[in-house]
Amino acid sequence: MTATPAIDGWFTTGDAPALLGSKCTTCGTVFFPKTTGFCKNPACSGEEFTETELSRRGRVWSYTDAQYQPPAPYIPASDPYVPFALAAVEIPEGLVVLGQLAAGFGVADIKVGDEVELVVETSYVDETGERSIWKWRPVSVEPVETTGGAQ
Amino acid sequence: MSRDVAIAGVGMHPWGKWGKNFVEYGVVAARAALADAGIPWPDVDLIVGGETVRNGYGGYVAGATFAQALGWNGARVATSYAACATGAQALDTARARILAGMSEVALVVGADTTPKGFLAPNAGERWDDPDWLRFRLLGMTNPAYFALYARRRMDLYGATSEDFAQVKVKNAKHGLSNPNARYRKEVAAHEVLESAIVADPLHLLDICATSDGAAAVVLCSVEYAQKLAQKHGSGDLVRIKAISTVTPTFPNTIIDMPLMSTDSSAVAGVPERTFKESIGDAAYEEAGISPEDVDVAEVYDLSTALELDWIEDLSLCKRGEAEQLLRSGDTTIGGRIPVNPSGGLACFGEAVPAQALAQVCELTWQLRGQAEGRQVEGARVGITANQGLFGHGSSVIVAR
Repeated sequence: MTATPAIDGWFTTGDAPALLGSKCTTCGTVFFPKTTGFCKNPACSGEEFTETELSRRGRVWSYTDAQYQPPAPYIPASDPYVPFALAAVEIPEGLVVLGQLAAGFGVADIKVGDEVELVVETSYVDETGERSIWKWRPVSVEPVETTGGAQ
Repeated sequence: MSRDVAIAGVGMHPWGKWGKNFVEYGVVAARAALADAGIPWPDVDLIVGGETVRNGYGGYVAGATFAQALGWNGARVATSYAACATGAQALDTARARILAGMSEVALVVGADTTPKGFLAPNAGERWDDPDWLRFRLLGMTNPAYFALYARRRMDLYGATSEDFAQVKVKNAKHGLSNPNARYRKEVAAHEVLESAIVADPLHLLDICATSDGAAAVVLCSVEYAQKLAQKHGSGDLVRIKAISTVTPTFPNTIIDMPLMSTDSSAVAGVPERTFKESIGDAAYEEAGISPEDVDVAEVYDLSTALELDWIEDLSLCKRGEAEQLLRSGDTTIGGRIPVNPSGGLACFGEAVPAQALAQVCELTWQLRGQAEGRQVEGARVGITANQGLFGHGSSVIVAR
């Protein structure tokens, strides 16, 4: 069974998954998550946006992990809880996007400025089955074979 | 025309986990502030409450809730909400009416009763609420945001976990004799470093707790305060010189709670100042002073590392130099620019709608020379800094 995205329309799946943003047709500013209505660039009066795939690679702005299970509505990937790592990643479109690090990677595997690539992995299971989410995968490191994220 | 208002009185209910209704704390703080001012409650013509979002309807209409609890006196009423900056926004509301000549004496009150553990979003499935989504999609807690900022200091400026621990050691020492502080116990660096890691690199003792507590400030026009001072024969007036509650300027390029992304700078360009820098900058500009004029600062140490960020955001030293300032003892009482003489959030824990007011209470005591056991000698100018969610933040400058 294939996992379905935990949220509709925020990212594509497949071999080369990408985040889906909005691009203002007037000023060209890109937004993620997608926006509707009015452009948030205060100098722009645009009201139309096109869907745009964001760059799949970016550089680490910073990173951390979750040693304790976050409270609901977070749904843990496993029981017992296994800590996971998180990264804020600056992409060429000039914005920073948060995401968990891909399974098997922890805070020891990256530094500020390192290159990472977007992947989509199963995040949790709910009443509809497996749900997936985007994650950041370090480009130059091999994952450690574990069940979870952070070491 | 002067744009100053006077701080006639301040008061607090001690921070802790008392398990009582927030209204009771608020009334204790309000009565203490009124007694400190020597102003009877019936003379107050405006009450502004800091909203608390976890205490039901009474918390949403906090201004009226406190007014009723103190006994209806016919005063005008307002309630403010600006997340952690709630207290400062409430002060600003009071100040505006006073400066417009529409009110003479205002009572500003913030109080909270907080749940245990991580602050979590309100219940229910809310797929259009970023505060809900960040937990559901990413498991992104508040400490995780603090940890991102902390890790960046380490990788960019060479900060160490020992530096962060030393912030806690300093603040614990500062707060030892503060009667309103919840934690009054010396902490050694190794205790911080040996406490559990919550969000790497931050340990449990690097992160502030959530607390119950209340703070109140009585504001009045300078003329009213001068008349009052003649009656009571008191000394220099402590004045509010600035209250900055600016919002970010697009593009906001530093990741901020509760968002999962920043604005893009690709088209609009990287702004000259970060949001947090702009908060302090607007306060300095409004007060007509520069960072060198500041004698004491109360900043929002939600984490130990955030205190270092704020020192730089307020231009009390150059970017990347806060660790040096800390290591040389400059931010300790007796140093060049003492930071968090109250003990800060490290000793208080956060009581959201009361916290920005608590900072102003502390600076008032510091400027009056009444901060027993933690006095910054000769302090004449103080600044606060504080950050909220959703583009809120504040900085208040007080002077005598």
